[in-house]
Amino acid sequence: MTHTIRVDIVSAEAEIYSGEATLVVATGELGELGIAPRHAPLITRLKPGHVDVVAANGERQQFYVSGGILEVQPQVVTILADTAARAADLDEAAALKAKEEAEAALANRGPQMDVAEAQAKLAEALAQLQALERMRKTLKH
Amino acid sequence: MASGREIKTKIKSTQNMRKVTGALQMVSASKIRKAQDLMKASRPYARLMRKVIAHVAQASTDFTHPFLTERENVARVGFIVVSTDRGLAGGLNSNLFRRTLTSIREWQGKGAEVDVVAIGQKAVQFFRRIKGVNLIGSATHLGEKPKLEDLIGVIKVVLDAYSDNKLDRVFLVYNDFVNTIVQKPSIDALLPLSLVATELENAEGKTSEGVKVEQTHDWDYIYEPDARTVLEHLMTRYIESVVYQAALENLASEHAARMVAMKAASDNASKVIGELTLVYNKARQAAITQEISEIVGGAAAV
Repeated sequence: MTHTIRVDIVSAEAEIYSGEATLVVATGELGELGIAPRHAPLITRLKPGHVDVVAANGERQQFYVSGGILEVQPQVVTILADTAARAADLDEAAALKAKEEAEAALANRGPQMDVAEAQAKLAEALAQLQALERMRKTLKH
Repeated sequence: MASGREIKTKIKSTQNMRKVTGALQMVSASKIRKAQDLMKASRPYARLMRKVIAHVAQASTDFTHPFLTERENVARVGFIVVSTDRGLAGGLNSNLFRRTLTSIREWQGKGAEVDVVAIGQKAVQFFRRIKGVNLIGSATHLGEKPKLEDLIGVIKVVLDAYSDNKLDRVFLVYNDFVNTIVQKPSIDALLPLSLVATELENAEGKTSEGVKVEQTHDWDYIYEPDARTVLEHLMTRYIESVVYQAALENLASEHAARMVAMKAASDNASKVIGELTLVYNKARQAAITQEISEIVGGAAAV
């Protein structure tokens, strides 16, 4: 019978916490969640808020997450934290910006090329590079 | 033969050039390490994300996410191309673009239209000029420490297009960092995920790290608030993490390629300097010999 549950908290840019715990408290989308060992499998989105971890030695640690996903398996809790505040309208704005950037790039694109033409040009450039490389090698001897 | 002074200026300018390429090489060498650290730091997230996805794939839900279903008719294909912002990296970008173009041609041959999302200045500059390829989004100037936030926009453009049936298949193109010498241009299938999911499960079985889920009985998650919302969220985050990882791989590749290219340039400069010095010395010697013979000739005449 296990009395602890493994907890992994990570964000896309860093590992935040990893260890055994007796209790994990987090703010799920539908309210506060307390997860003890042998909890039923659960998966939920997290709201911005703190995550409390009571480690196996009784030590209490607190982390702040700005959202993410919490997954519970019988013996392991995984929290995939977001790296920044995320909201639908913020994402929408970012998408719009990406589109605008592309349009701005297209506005002054210069002469156009076919796929075939571009392929040929690239092949030529690469061949030149290779030729230089070969020349360099033969010169060495 | 060029005069002594002309050769001397040539030597001087080549030496300056070698200084610049040498500095660039050193800068890249130190940046590789940082880029590799970033790659390492982002790995746990990707690993756990894959684990959760594998669990979700095993759970017996009655809801299948659109990202997981393969479409029979492929009318539009999307490419997310990750490139560098700056040049001087040897054939890194050219190789990548060439492979991408080959793939684009294949799809066009099958009658599919091609949309491209460009990450990095070089990809933008390249793909905006290609006919028959639509540039639908771009992100540039990610810097030395790419942030996931910088990529959210372009990823959303692609995911939205996929959800609206404007794209039927999406590929991710980037340079895979194998080691400092080798960077492999890779084209990975990103959407639909079913192409990837089978691979994931295999990988999961092989590594067998962490807690494995028993598959003896049917089970399902408690979804809060509901399966659709949670899976939607999970898939989006998964795609984001994959693209983010690709951006980091590409960054490490960029520095590695630049380091190698700049080392070659420095070596070449050294060789040119050596040859020029030889020519300069010969010219100097010839001038001295001539002067002596003139003096001797003059003395003899007196």
